Amino acid sequence: MSDAVHVEHAGAVGHAHHPALQHHFDDLEQQQRAAMLGMWVFLLTEVLFFGGLFMAYILYRSWYPEAFHEASRHLSVGWGFFNTLVLIASSLTMALAVRAGQTTNRRGQLLFLTLTIVLGAAFLGVKVIEYGDKFAHHLVPGPDFQFTPAELAPAAEIYFSLYFAMTGLHALHMIVGAGIMLVMLYMAWRGRFSTEWYTPLEVSGLYWHFVDIVWIFLFPLLYLIGGLSVFGGGTGH
Amino acid sequence: MHDVRSTVPKGEAFEAEAGLPRTHYLNATHGTAAWLLTKDHKRIGLLYLFAISFFFFLGGLFAMFVRLELLTPEGDLLTSEMYNTSFSMHGIIMVFFFLVPSVPAVFGNFFLPIMIGAKDVAFPKINLLSWYIAMIAGFMMLTTLLMGGVDTGWTFYPPYSTTGSSSNVVLAALSIFVMGFSSILTGLNFIVTVHTMRAPGMTWGRLPLFVWAQYATSLIMVLGTPVLAITLGLVFAERVFHFGIFDPKLGGDPILFQHLFWFYSHPAVYIMVLPGMGVISELVAAFSRKQVFGYSFVAASSLAIALVGFLVWGHHLFTSGQSAYAALVFSFLSFIVAIPSAIKVFNWTATLYRGSISLASPMLYALGFIGLFTIGGLTGLFLAALGLDLHMQDTYFVIAHFHYIMVGGTLLAYLGALHYWWPKITGRLYTEAWAKVAAITVFVGFNLTFFPQFIVGYLGMPRRYHTYVPEFQVLNVLSTAGASILAVGFILPACYLVYSLFRGGVASRNPWGAYGLEWETTSPPPTSNFLVTPIVTRPAYAYTHADVVSPYAGSTQGERDTGTEETQRV
Repeated sequence: MSDAVHVEHAGAVGHAHHPALQHHFDDLEQQQRAAMLGMWVFLLTEVLFFGGLFMAYILYRSWYPEAFHEASRHLSVGWGFFNTLVLIASSLTMALAVRAGQTTNRRGQLLFLTLTIVLGAAFLGVKVIEYGDKFAHHLVPGPDFQFTPAELAPAAEIYFSLYFAMTGLHALHMIVGAGIMLVMLYMAWRGRFSTEWYTPLEVSGLYWHFVDIVWIFLFPLLYLIGGLSVFGGGTGH
Repeated sequence: MHDVRSTVPKGEAFEAEAGLPRTHYLNATHGTAAWLLTKDHKRIGLLYLFAISFFFFLGGLFAMFVRLELLTPEGDLLTSEMYNTSFSMHGIIMVFFFLVPSVPAVFGNFFLPIMIGAKDVAFPKINLLSWYIAMIAGFMMLTTLLMGGVDTGWTFYPPYSTTGSSSNVVLAALSIFVMGFSSILTGLNFIVTVHTMRAPGMTWGRLPLFVWAQYATSLIMVLGTPVLAITLGLVFAERVFHFGIFDPKLGGDPILFQHLFWFYSHPAVYIMVLPGMGVISELVAAFSRKQVFGYSFVAASSLAIALVGFLVWGHHLFTSGQSAYAALVFSFLSFIVAIPSAIKVFNWTATLYRGSISLASPMLYALGFIGLFTIGGLTGLFLAALGLDLHMQDTYFVIAHFHYIMVGGTLLAYLGALHYWWPKITGRLYTEAWAKVAAITVFVGFNLTFFPQFIVGYLGMPRRYHTYVPEFQVLNVLSTAGASILAVGFILPACYLVYSLFRGGVASRNPWGAYGLEWETTSPPPTSNFLVTPIVTRPAYAYTHADVVSPYAGSTQGERDTGTEETQRV
């Protein structure tokens, strides 16, 4: 029955432990694999989290196409397009920050993480302007909601419910992402990331790209379905 | 009554001298902070055990209110509002705060890393976080309760939940929203742990079936729970911000809620029962001293249940006005999901066949599970049939059906797991005779409670009413009597298990003479689970002929002693 063998638990073999290696992992590679898989699984849950809202969007857009088109014209395609560019640019700076981590380039990490945070803040700033505009024009669901033509108002209110739910949830993810980037910035400033270990940077990069991709879906579904009127939107009728 | 468990085996000298190992995970560090800030998956499992035991007895209390009210046809004990609150709080607490976390959060947390030879789950901090999130959700639910509870049923159907019911719905929905994240994080942790933390030689084909079941459950948790979260988030937004997504008055569609809700909540049935099935595979193998028949089919059936379970939610909407074609497809798919479940039942039975069966207390629960789950599953097929469902929708037949799965299945597996692994968790042996009495009490009480409900439901008694026609009283009295017996069956283990902590015999490493990595380490295990990293060289449940010879020997002699030259035998 002695067909089983065993080894002494030796931890990482050969050289001293990396300070970032947690006790329950054998080596940094295993730790890195776990962290990456963990983030991928988390993003899977995020897909389904947003998925419920997309489902609701599909249903009501197919029920009320006319009201959705009409309501969508009240969004500013210009601002939406600007924000799309901002997010795509932030994805680039994020990727460059991860690259700087891989190459142990501390200055690069600091620069690109800062740029990522600035772009994220710019996106949120535009969102604040847009939301303020909706409040000013009584396009926020609730007792104050006003919409012409009146017969489309109930369905338009659903459109704006979805607009606020989807972009609001997305903005929440942006805020969380900016918070994570601040932590990354601090860690980069402390010189924690190197070719040997830059897992947190890569994992938060995955999250950031995901949040960008969500916007890539939200922009056409919310802003563009009413047809292009680049400078006509955002002011109400 | 012969006790099959060994106490201290003769061959393992170091244990015979010391009794309990000198340091183990329970006494490694002391103090409240050491427990409340622990990252040890075993301690977190115990934190969950305390928490959900509390919620179990709380949910049971509301069940008692419901059963006592139904003792008589008139509404004499509770007002109809109190009755509505009682069955709602019973359902909400039992589903979200007991059944969903039960086996995964307690035994999955404790044993999944040990069974794959890991030192911990992949993300110990996130594991602890998931417990705190669950506790925050629990406090929110208790607050809801103190504010008067909710009366929507556990399903929160709009428009009642968004316009009619009291504003307590807001906090209750938020509580379940929060609880969902605890579930997601547990599932995420298990998936990553199984993928990346297996010991050398622990291939996918050698994983214990409990681990396979946890893995499949985790997939449902991470894929289904977010949909429930966003759905209840929308209910919240509907009440607070006047969104009109589900409110027909505002052009919304309450059926959309039902679709989204059951997209999670039907798979959630499998979140609740799959881990239990994993437990049963362990128990049947251990107490038949046999390799589980058709290991790969049992493992794959867990994944098949997880997959197909996502495609059957529409059978909750047969009478809600969904399209007849959709109903047809959902009915067909619901029949399909019975196949992997049947594979499990047949394979357990085949494992029993010519096994060296010992009727120890965990095995009594396992056998109870197989029988009761079969009844629960087969009556599910009645409800999947479109014509019959029209007759039985929202009757006590449905109540009986899902209690046969949830209580007769999950709860029995939970109790079986608790008894099977108790010596490993605590290092103590409970009184086997009392455990058998409790197992039989639970079985009898359960059947007396719920079998009459099949009949009374078939005769037409609707669910969720606090009065009924006098003809149904006999069956309801039987049911309430059964519930009282069931309550005794639940209180008994609480007594003798706690007693065993102080007066129980000292457990050996492997009191059942069972096969599996968790039995290779000390009872209780050290904080790092194994003193040496095990290397696995054999498949799961490799019970050999030698193991079969004398399972009743009263010690592990003949099956375990040959391993003395090794410190770690796998």
